[in-house]
Amino acid sequence: MAGDGDSGRMFDRRAFFLGGVQVAAGGLLIGRMAWLSIFESEKYALASEENRVSLRLIAPRRGWIVDATGEPLASNRPAYSLDIVPSLAGDLDSALDRIAKVLPLDADDRRRIHAEARSLPPSASLAIAEDIGWDAFAALNLELADQPGLQPMRSYVRHYPDGAAFGHLLGYVGRATAEQFKENRDPLYLVPGFRVGKDGVERSKEEVLRGKAGAQRVEVTARGKIVRDLETRPDTPGETVQLTIDRGLQAFTAARIGDDSASVVVIDCLTGDVKCLISMPAFDPNVFSNRIPQALWAAMQADDHKPLLNKVTQGLYVPGSTFKMVTALAALSQGVLPSDTVSCGGRYTVGGNTWHCHSRRGHGTVAMRGGIAKSCNVFFYSTARRIGPEAVADMARKLGLGQKFDIPMPVQRAGIIPDPDWKMQRYGEKWSVADTLNTAIGQGYLNINPLQLAVMTARIASGRLVEPRLIATGPAKDFAPLGIPEDYLEVTRQGMTDVVNGPGGTARSARLPVEGVQMAGKTGTAQVRRITAAERRRGVRSNASLPWRFRDHALFIAFAPTDAPRYAVSVIVEHGASGSKAAAPIARDLLTYIYDREKAEAGLSKLQASRESARRAKAEAERLAAVQAAEAKNLAGVQAAETKRPAALQAAGAAALPAAIAPEAATGRQL
Amino acid sequence: MMGGILNARWPQRLLDLPWGIIVLIAAIGMFGLVVLYSAAGGSFEPWAASQGMKFGLFLAMMLALSQINLSFWLRIAYPLYAVLLLALIGVEALGQISGGSQRWLDLGIIRLQPSEFMKLAIVLALARFYHFLPRGYAGRFAGIWPPLLMIGLPVGLVLLQPDLGTAMMITAGGITIMFLGGLPLRWIIGPGLLVAASLPFVYTMLHEYQQRRVLIFLDPSADPLGAGYHITQSKIAIGSGGITGKGFLQGSQSHLEYLPEQQTDFVFATMAEEWGLIGGVGLLLAFGVLLNWGLRVALQAQTIFGRLVAAGLSMTIFFYVLVNVMMVMGLAPVVGIPLPLISHGGSAMLTVMIALGILLGIHRQRREVSI
Repeated sequence: MAGDGDSGRMFDRRAFFLGGVQVAAGGLLIGRMAWLSIFESEKYALASEENRVSLRLIAPRRGWIVDATGEPLASNRPAYSLDIVPSLAGDLDSALDRIAKVLPLDADDRRRIHAEARSLPPSASLAIAEDIGWDAFAALNLELADQPGLQPMRSYVRHYPDGAAFGHLLGYVGRATAEQFKENRDPLYLVPGFRVGKDGVERSKEEVLRGKAGAQRVEVTARGKIVRDLETRPDTPGETVQLTIDRGLQAFTAARIGDDSASVVVIDCLTGDVKCLISMPAFDPNVFSNRIPQALWAAMQADDHKPLLNKVTQGLYVPGSTFKMVTALAALSQGVLPSDTVSCGGRYTVGGNTWHCHSRRGHGTVAMRGGIAKSCNVFFYSTARRIGPEAVADMARKLGLGQKFDIPMPVQRAGIIPDPDWKMQRYGEKWSVADTLNTAIGQGYLNINPLQLAVMTARIASGRLVEPRLIATGPAKDFAPLGIPEDYLEVTRQGMTDVVNGPGGTARSARLPVEGVQMAGKTGTAQVRRITAAERRRGVRSNASLPWRFRDHALFIAFAPTDAPRYAVSVIVEHGASGSKAAAPIARDLLTYIYDREKAEAGLSKLQASRESARRAKAEAERLAAVQAAEAKNLAGVQAAETKRPAALQAAGAAALPAAIAPEAATGRQL
Repeated sequence: MMGGILNARWPQRLLDLPWGIIVLIAAIGMFGLVVLYSAAGGSFEPWAASQGMKFGLFLAMMLALSQINLSFWLRIAYPLYAVLLLALIGVEALGQISGGSQRWLDLGIIRLQPSEFMKLAIVLALARFYHFLPRGYAGRFAGIWPPLLMIGLPVGLVLLQPDLGTAMMITAGGITIMFLGGLPLRWIIGPGLLVAASLPFVYTMLHEYQQRRVLIFLDPSADPLGAGYHITQSKIAIGSGGITGKGFLQGSQSHLEYLPEQQTDFVFATMAEEWGLIGGVGLLLAFGVLLNWGLRVALQAQTIFGRLVAAGLSMTIFFYVLVNVMMVMGLAPVVGIPLPLISHGGSAMLTVMIALGILLGIHRQRREVSI
């Protein structure tokens, strides 16, 4: 009925038109598809392959650090770790909740993971936990296989067999910082297992130790799950760095130092090889390389023994009497004869001011050798005035003080070798006689670091421009002579020999207990506070009666054997009070270790035993005191509140003390 | 009507069915199952098995629907339209109450998506309107505003959901019936230009995510890892398939989950990656044959209702295929229209199978001059 007539024909026409539209659309679709799959096929095939295959960098194994005999100081230990790719994990918190059921995560861990997730590019993976052990690794693989973005990994952890003894020397490793990544955009920096050197040799020799990353081509899903491995290019491990250090000597010395705040450097006078480089107390690089616990970090920063500071290169000290050799050699090179004498009456007066010798009665008639052996201040006051301050400063620089050396330590502080130009520049004041006198005995503006002190000793002992060397590769350098006549040097060395072995020497207790080997040395004391005239009248207070932080620094330099010097040593014990009592025995013991290891180790175990019993006694005394205090408190009852107030007052007084003495602390700068 | 079915001579009625087309429909559906099997990484779970069961069920339902007389569809055209319109209002109201957009009514046993069935109901309702429209009224105002209103109401409600794709499909289906029903060309060209001119204003009224989709459609590379990801990954899948494809079960884009919605809206890309241009053209030609048959049924039918319904339903299926494949190949914004008979999911397949069942019924009654 409707099939005929005008409307029927119109329907047919329009239906045909729609059919045409369908055919045209079909042509369009087929054409478009042909365009994609024929003409653009190559481009899209590539894109598909890029999707499918992901290149994962494998952190290179870090090169070992070994000592002079090839003993490992830093190596790599296989370990397991857990990484996560936050962009794939979905809700990070719920993922962490699941992980926490297998692997304990505390609030700190979670905070760190969230912070890292915010700062890293979204596709980068970040470490949840490192060095998790096989059991946790296996459990994670089993129970969290379906958690997207989770990557249990086999990795390596840096291992330092001797721990803290090598902390400042080797430094530690850690994750690259965001700044480092921004610098060169190296994707290796984002690989969770990758570590960069953070301090010491690890940082200075970073390029050698790093190695080249390996790469693994894997087929991955869009959610980052690895379907299968395609091919692996192994990593190229970093090169081994051989140090001149003697592992046994360093470990022994660290143990010998014990709880003191001290630094020790031992240099081979012939080759410049640094055999021992210690700053104690130190951090354990094994702990620092994993993750630095915040509480530990805060405690170390607050510690007055400064465990975070490498005192060998960054600690600056007043050299004290150890500097007297510099004044002596300066005088000899300026024409002063070794036989020239000075009369010491215990005091030295210039223009109405009086300087004291440490012997109140005076040393009598003193020549150079005796001046060194007895450490006579008046001799050096008088001698320095003859030659002038420039000659002393020049000799100090020639012997290595005030210098930075070519060793792989990231930070070296040069210190100060004062002369008239320096003072004018620094303070805008003219050099005074007082400055000359202070400098002559190693006080005043002088600032040196322990490494410089050891180099100075090595140069005096060998008569050559010894340069310290920490990296053992390459032949030892032939050092140029100092340019000081040998017989003059010999006078200085004799003076140092007398210090330890002579009848009036200041460090006689430090004689070497080794048959046929003698040690030469020089003690030094760096004042931390000025002794006021009032105190002097009352009589000098003994260091032992002062609080630890006001005691003098104890210094000692030494070389041995005296007849053919081989090893040069510098020891600084912070607030050790006496160079001869605190510093010299350490030098004696470590040199004993070199020549008679068994004897040295026997001595050390005896020392450690006595330290241990002292510690126990102290702990017991403290416990008793605490018990008594508690009892007293119980008895006092109502007065409990009263007892608190004096304690608080005492604390306030102690805090105010340093401020009060600050203006007078000019001679003895602490670090 | 029930009596008609019971009194029929069954063997003859079965033989009268266009078995070539039914086999073609089954073949397309089976191919869809193969693609879903591969999309699941070579597994019947989770998609191919459930889809196969539904497909078998719907195929039987389609054959059953083919036995229903046109008079039934004519009779329920308006009531069905009215019920679905009320359901759309109900969905909207529920959405308002629950404070989120909602597209389906939960009836306990099944989730009913009224907008899906509206695609069919609009065709039936408008065909009924023109069937009874006196000759010559198609061009008059009295013959124009009712169909426009009938299109406008559901489209407005669906846009509120918001579901741009379905709204477009309903509009296209309705306009198709108006066009075939005899709307003068000036009424088509004029408003057509008007619509084109108003597109910028429409764009400003779209939801932000819809605007973004349009922008990304115009330039997918602007946001390759964000919202442009769908289009980019889909083009990579199709392009990397080349002429012969990567082979069955070898599609890395789908198996490694780079392709989003690999089993639903982007199933064509999943297929094209493994079967290449050959598979794609083959599938498009199969749809072409099916649609061509649909239009021929319309041309053969004698009643206005039968002609309009047959042509309208064919065009509805055509729009499904067109919009989906254009979207997958980066020629249209991502609007969420599945590929009929292939994409996993019940609603769209049910709609298409009902349409095919009605088409088969019209084919059966193509020689009858009155309803």
